[in-house]
Amino acid sequence: MAAPLSSQTQELTSRFSNLINADTRPGYSGWLLDKTHLLEFATALRDEFGYDYLSSVTGVDYLPEGKMEIVYQAYRTTGGPGVMFKVQVPRTDPVEVPSLVPIYPGAELQEREAWDLLGIKFTGHPDLRRIFMWEGFAGFPLRKDWHEPYYEEDVKPFKNRWPTGKIVMSESNNSYNDNIAYPKGFNPESQSFNPEKALYDALRIYQKNEVGLDTDHIIVNLGPQHPSTHGVFRVAVMLDGETIVNLKPVMGYLHRNHEKIGERNTYIMNMPYTDRLDYLTSMSNNFGYALAVEKLMGIKPPERADYIRVMMAEMTRISNHLFLIGSLLNDLGAYFTPMLYALEERELILDIFEAVAGSRMMCNFFRFGGIARDLPDGTLKKIKEIFFERFPRKIDEIDRFLSENEIIRSRGVGQGILTPENAVRYSATGPLLRASGIPYDVRRAEPYSIYDRFEFDVCTRKNGDIYDRLMVRFDEIRQSIRIIQQAAKQIPEGPIMTVKPMYQVRVPPGEAYGRVEGPKGELGFYIVSDGKPNPWRYHVRAPSFINLTAFGPMCIGQKIADVVGVLGSIDIVLGEVDR
Amino acid sequence: MSDMYGKGILKGLAVSLKRFAETYLDDLSWIGKRYRTEAGIAHRSGKDARGIFTVQYPEEKIPVPEEFRFVPFLVYNEGPNGEKNLLCTSCGICAKVCPPQCIWIVRSTDPATGRPFPDPAEFCIDADICMNCGLCAEYCPFDAIKMDHDYELASFGRDIYNKARLSKPTQYYENIRPENANRENAARAAKQAARAGVIKVE
Repeated sequence: MAAPLSSQTQELTSRFSNLINADTRPGYSGWLLDKTHLLEFATALRDEFGYDYLSSVTGVDYLPEGKMEIVYQAYRTTGGPGVMFKVQVPRTDPVEVPSLVPIYPGAELQEREAWDLLGIKFTGHPDLRRIFMWEGFAGFPLRKDWHEPYYEEDVKPFKNRWPTGKIVMSESNNSYNDNIAYPKGFNPESQSFNPEKALYDALRIYQKNEVGLDTDHIIVNLGPQHPSTHGVFRVAVMLDGETIVNLKPVMGYLHRNHEKIGERNTYIMNMPYTDRLDYLTSMSNNFGYALAVEKLMGIKPPERADYIRVMMAEMTRISNHLFLIGSLLNDLGAYFTPMLYALEERELILDIFEAVAGSRMMCNFFRFGGIARDLPDGTLKKIKEIFFERFPRKIDEIDRFLSENEIIRSRGVGQGILTPENAVRYSATGPLLRASGIPYDVRRAEPYSIYDRFEFDVCTRKNGDIYDRLMVRFDEIRQSIRIIQQAAKQIPEGPIMTVKPMYQVRVPPGEAYGRVEGPKGELGFYIVSDGKPNPWRYHVRAPSFINLTAFGPMCIGQKIADVVGVLGSIDIVLGEVDR
Repeated sequence: MSDMYGKGILKGLAVSLKRFAETYLDDLSWIGKRYRTEAGIAHRSGKDARGIFTVQYPEEKIPVPEEFRFVPFLVYNEGPNGEKNLLCTSCGICAKVCPPQCIWIVRSTDPATGRPFPDPAEFCIDADICMNCGLCAEYCPFDAIKMDHDYELASFGRDIYNKARLSKPTQYYENIRPENANRENAARAAKQAARAGVIKVE
């Protein structure tokens, strides 16, 4: 985000003149405030200024200055640029900040993540437990003074690889020959280890409707090993017979501390790692990261590169939605027939990715200032053939196959409803938000790249149930086909990189928040640079993770059999949820 | 039939029935040449596919496109006595740009002067860690390391590839990546011609 708009500046400074200060560090933007004024400011921001959608809550560890900073991004659902505000607190132990959950309930899971990874305690949070690591884990992994068991150096490239690099396997450097370490003085005998206790205690807090017979309520765990949880994801539910009374998602089984790896990597090294976040939509992840770093560097890609980027991003959207249609139908019980009909079309898109980027899933195609290489000869013709002739016909066929099916309608219509107010309160984004009726799409709200040149509709549906979430994705596939058709016709010749390809990019100090409309929702990258070859802080605003805030409230009152349908319709990928 | 309950299911069944019939009709129309032939594989993995679209690996393999990247290899020119002259000068850029840091290079030193010598004494890639991102091949200034197309690399032990295992001749590179090889050879020839042109003027 560049410097705040002057009208926004005037409004905010006139209302809060004594509470907030503009952030004047070079390359930074937004507002700094004291933690005692945080709740007042946030309430006024939401009620008086209309910033009803809190997009991102994250923490930054400024170890040399002895400070922790909590960064918030808020937007209006009517569109336009947002407000970035920060709270700085001294880096004591523990760090305490008031929680924004009473005002913006969507901050719940993100504040738990900040507590887990950075040790920032949010007072007033309804359920502050660790989210990725287990209760009893020693230390806060994202802090600058925490070292992983295979720690070699603070930043890559490591010095022992060249010029005298005799290969050593990482296991041999660790006394346990594995990627584990124990804190000093740890005695396994002395621990009464019960990591589930906090989870089950939290699960027992719910509304009890004691009408009729007095029955016991039981706790059931779905997952983490489960064919329908879309990865290693666990759901702990409290059941009254077959009705769900309380539901808590448990994640962290795929946590790889991607953000810490990002701090160790150089900027270009992070690009293949972003592929592996939401591993089904690698081009979109590349896009978001490239946008964030290009904002910091102050460069823009040339025309042809922008057209190719948009085509790749829209193809990724179609590929992801096809996969979702297939897997949701699989979860609802139609086994593999609809899945393979959808995946057959997706294979054509993956073949295009393989011809262009070199790999079907881990594309690593975008660079800072353009794309890695140009389209090979014949690819544009193949894209035109597929998207002008085959896809419109095939999508209509799959639609005819599924959308009036009585079984899908009875399992989808009216189940797992998310009201529009709740969707905004829980910071839902993407098709989840639009199926509830809120027409918020980052490509229209704050257009990036060349999306303002294309004609496409923002697809919404009215009811916010499982069926609408499935249908809104069909609509989005059709709009993406429309965008690709326009881009394939308008694409110019020209260079594909603004700057010379360099493996050590110069990124000036500052911060940037680059967001794209990924297929799952708003994918944002918050990068803080201190002018060195490696980022100081690298945070991913993962849409799947934040959409799960709404998962609990959506399912309460439903039957246990609907959990799988609701989870499938939210569309999560664990690579992004856990990072 | 306007609002009969079950119409949606019947519509869906009609689609499945159509695809079921297409499976056999498409098979028959190829008169036995649908499997184990290049044209058949291209049809089943292309945009006109109808019916069964499975490519029966390992008897049939889909040809990989030129840009496909898998574990890297080092390119060498064959010398007059069959010696392998690697193009690599052990500048270390690939080791510096590798995201999981899986490239380990020992630069040679000239035994007489003790100065560094542009040739790798040892070059190891830990293929179990390599994420096949292609950054090493992209940023190598000497076109010495390139991404291979061979993906059938399953083994029983740890896959640490040393210099001998990684070296492959330029002929192999030109076979798997003809467009790239032509472009790089043309650029190299143009640079040499420009340099030769400059010297001639004097």
